[in-house]
Amino acid sequence: MELNLQQQRLRTEFRQFVDAHVVPGANAWDRQEIMPPEIVRQLANHGYLGAMVPVSKGGAGFDSVEFGLLNEELGRGCSSLRSLLTVHSMVALTISRWGTEAQKMQWLEKLGQGQAIGAFALTEAEAGSDAREIGTEAIESGDDFVLTGHKKWITFGQMADLFLVFARSRQGHCAFLLEQNAPGLVISPLHGMLGTRASMMAELRLEQCCVSKQNLVGAPGFGLSHIASSALDCGRYSVAWGCVGIGQACLESCLEYAGQRKQSGALLREHQLIQRMITQMVAGVKAARLLCFHGGQLREAGDPASIIETSIAKYFACRTAAEIARDAVQIHGANGCSSEYPVERFYRDAKIMEIIEGSNEIQEITIAQSACQTVAESVAATR
Amino acid sequence: MEQAKEKLRAFLGRHIGGRVIGDDEQIFAAGFVNSMFAMQIVLFLEKNFKIAIANEDLEIKNFQTINAMAELIERKTAPSPNNSH
Repeated sequence: MELNLQQQRLRTEFRQFVDAHVVPGANAWDRQEIMPPEIVRQLANHGYLGAMVPVSKGGAGFDSVEFGLLNEELGRGCSSLRSLLTVHSMVALTISRWGTEAQKMQWLEKLGQGQAIGAFALTEAEAGSDAREIGTEAIESGDDFVLTGHKKWITFGQMADLFLVFARSRQGHCAFLLEQNAPGLVISPLHGMLGTRASMMAELRLEQCCVSKQNLVGAPGFGLSHIASSALDCGRYSVAWGCVGIGQACLESCLEYAGQRKQSGALLREHQLIQRMITQMVAGVKAARLLCFHGGQLREAGDPASIIETSIAKYFACRTAAEIARDAVQIHGANGCSSEYPVERFYRDAKIMEIIEGSNEIQEITIAQSACQTVAESVAATR
Repeated sequence: MEQAKEKLRAFLGRHIGGRVIGDDEQIFAAGFVNSMFAMQIVLFLEKNFKIAIANEDLEIKNFQTINAMAELIERKTAPSPNNSH
């Protein structure tokens, strides 16, 4: 993986930021299920919340690989904080890509500078992997739409100023920009999740919530096929790199621990079964990073193949992070089960990654269908 | 125009089981297009024809057939101050 000088410089900067500001607090944020506003401000002050916002609109305008590296480093420190970058960037990218000029004027600079936080509101209790089943309704009423429904597990829903909300209408699925203080929007915190506990998760009740047609993103009917789809593609890319970060964090924790703790008169790192787990971690992290990097290069080139390659990277990186985190707890033994060490947090967070932004099983369907297509193509070409 | 259609036929055919797609065949109505493929079509159009698909282009009539997409490409590549390249 060959990074250019700018990417190398940024990677060093991101790593220093995470070591100085994220790693020291991450375990406590997880225990308290809260993301301190101060760390979000620091993220904004460094320009990181503007990663997906063009420089011309007041953002950092990172390229795809730079954005990936930021996700890796934040993921190494705290998956909850990385998930803020994910959902915020999904909203910023959506407005940048599909928003009207008025929507861009109103929101991009604010999002880019972290003066407003964005969140993505698609999931419902009865609609997860199949978003077509969402029950939230948008009924046209003069110059407005009236939204009624219930969104669940909305990452950073407790903190967001702006939601990208999806609903079904008579003309098909729609996407709306909805401000946090909209009448009829009731936000309630969700607690007790297995992982990413500091991701300020919320449920949203839309009770006859009135939203202007000017807040519609894209045309009715394109809400899932284009708006949600491009946002989720960005989300998968972000999560994939974040999983590389989880794997790297586990590896670093294990190398430190195995270099200090002795069992049967030898350091853990001298035991061959521990060496096997460390080897699998090293190889897994490197392979996942390369898949993410490949996806990033394709994204930068605007290549249609970037979509399936992002799915492959997400699938591999999530599974790898989960396996590595499981082994990291194993290497740490009883200490690994204690919140005094970060690996139990990595283990819980890694499990979440296998479910969000397209579960492992959804990725398997998508990737297998694409592979069958590629094989059919090759066979057809040789006839 | 014909060159654009040729490229579109080849791209769609590759992603729809090697099937030959008629220039007026409704690809959305026929169920050939899921959300992932819809975005792949957008990226394909942008990359291959150096155009930017934006909010105002999101109308089903622009994407439903090969002919419709070829017309969209033609409109977007015609010299005009309104085109966003």
